[in-house]
Amino acid sequence: MAEKVLMKGNEAIAEAAIAVGCRHYFGYPITPQTEIAAYMAKRMPKIDGCFLQAESEIAAIHMVIGAAAAGKRAMTSSSSPGIALKSEGLSYLAGCDLPAVVVNIQRGGPGLGGIQPSQADYFQCTKGGGHGDYRMVVLAPSGVQEMYDYTAWAFEIADQYRVTSMIFSDGILGQMMEPVELRASRQETPQEGKPWALTGTRGQREPNIINSLFMQPEDLERMNLERFVRYAQIEAGETRWEEYLLEDAKIVVVAYGAAARIAKNAVQAARTQGKRVGLLRPITLWPFPKQPLERLAKRVRAFVCVEMSMGQMREDVELATRCQRPVYLCARTGGMVPAPEEILGKLEDASHGCCV
Amino acid sequence: MMTQILLAGFGGQGILFTGKFLAYAGLLEDREVSWLPSYGPEMRGGTANCSVILSDEAIGSPIVLRPDVLMAMNLPSFSRFAPLVRQDGFIFADSSMFAADCGRTDVVCHYVPATQLAANADLDGLANMILLGKLLRVTELCRPESIRKAMEKTVPPRKQQLFESNLKALALGADFGIGEKQG
Repeated sequence: MAEKVLMKGNEAIAEAAIAVGCRHYFGYPITPQTEIAAYMAKRMPKIDGCFLQAESEIAAIHMVIGAAAAGKRAMTSSSSPGIALKSEGLSYLAGCDLPAVVVNIQRGGPGLGGIQPSQADYFQCTKGGGHGDYRMVVLAPSGVQEMYDYTAWAFEIADQYRVTSMIFSDGILGQMMEPVELRASRQETPQEGKPWALTGTRGQREPNIINSLFMQPEDLERMNLERFVRYAQIEAGETRWEEYLLEDAKIVVVAYGAAARIAKNAVQAARTQGKRVGLLRPITLWPFPKQPLERLAKRVRAFVCVEMSMGQMREDVELATRCQRPVYLCARTGGMVPAPEEILGKLEDASHGCCV
Repeated sequence: MMTQILLAGFGGQGILFTGKFLAYAGLLEDREVSWLPSYGPEMRGGTANCSVILSDEAIGSPIVLRPDVLMAMNLPSFSRFAPLVRQDGFIFADSSMFAADCGRTDVVCHYVPATQLAANADLDGLANMILLGKLLRVTELCRPESIRKAMEKTVPPRKQQLFESNLKALALGADFGIGEKQG
């Protein structure tokens, strides 16, 4: 095992991107994710990479489109209001079938909101982020090691399925330091692995065209259906979740990211009180781990969603469980973080069958 | 065994560095550690705090709401956090910054005039390490050799002159007030 170093979540993301061959980063500063850009600014010039602070978030994502079209591993990062600005580019990336990695270190909204941690971009990001019929892979790390590992994974998924993957995190995980093992080493997919890339024909081949404009609806429908075949492959092959003390659980807490860490404390506390409580932590938010939730719904009494948003994930849990069991909500919003005691209170409600 | 530590003071007093140093010392002992700074509006108002957890098991929430150990370097932090310290916990306060008295008998309080001691010993700016020295001596959170190694990790090579002065500050704090009454 390699030596562990102490790193901020934001720095771990940047380091992982570099380790797997990302040499093109375009960004625009915003709290609480600016350490990603700062890290890139320091490292990229030393490894023949490109760090560019764009004139705006919109410019930065369109630079990602350019680098991705040329077959390069490219990344941008921002926080909630900046991701909203990037949503046009997210849709164009999908429309052009380009692989890219986008990082969202969320803060409280709506509007400019605040700078404290939040998970309130759930609807926006898990449903694609921009306009049109498409999906974006959304990965939710819950620690600094996972910020590192999932960034490497995000690049793999992006290249393999020609989609955008998002690291969906928040100010707690971006700002906190934990020990990290720097273990990613996979190198960039060689150019020949991207035969569609715009690399110059040198008079040797037919030109490649990357475009998202299709005026014939028959053509556009065919393109979209082809994309949804790939999305089905992603659902079948990449859906991930963590199970914690679920074997005999009667009440299941569902939480992801930083909220899952706090929920884990609450689950441990409830267990010491003799309550049969477990935790299911979605790791991929799209694709959402529907199957384990549907299975659990057949044998548990209730679910409790813990999130730093007003029940946005709860809707996916209700859908996945077909509303067979009550789904309680323990939510804080606007940059506030739930305390373990609040979660314990909600577990108490759930075990007595109080109103949802 | 899990110890939750909260460090708090003004921006510029080295609060975040102290926390990082402590976390590194824990890491070097192969323990689970987390470090979480305040980065919100309170920080922009001039105060800083950070949560550090050292644990033998995986750490859940990195947010310290009820510290086992508090290190407070200014009055606003002391007033805000001293009531939150767990029973039988520890409070370390820089008593040259304010007249510290938490009024609690269920915790162990150590008042160290760290800023004054730093000025007297020509260690300006190292009150944080003086107070931390006391904290480490009393709580025995980390072994002395990990503390030295953590210093090597956190002081960059081009600032080697700080290495010795930091160690000196830690020792000064550790030895302060031995034998005095604690309140």
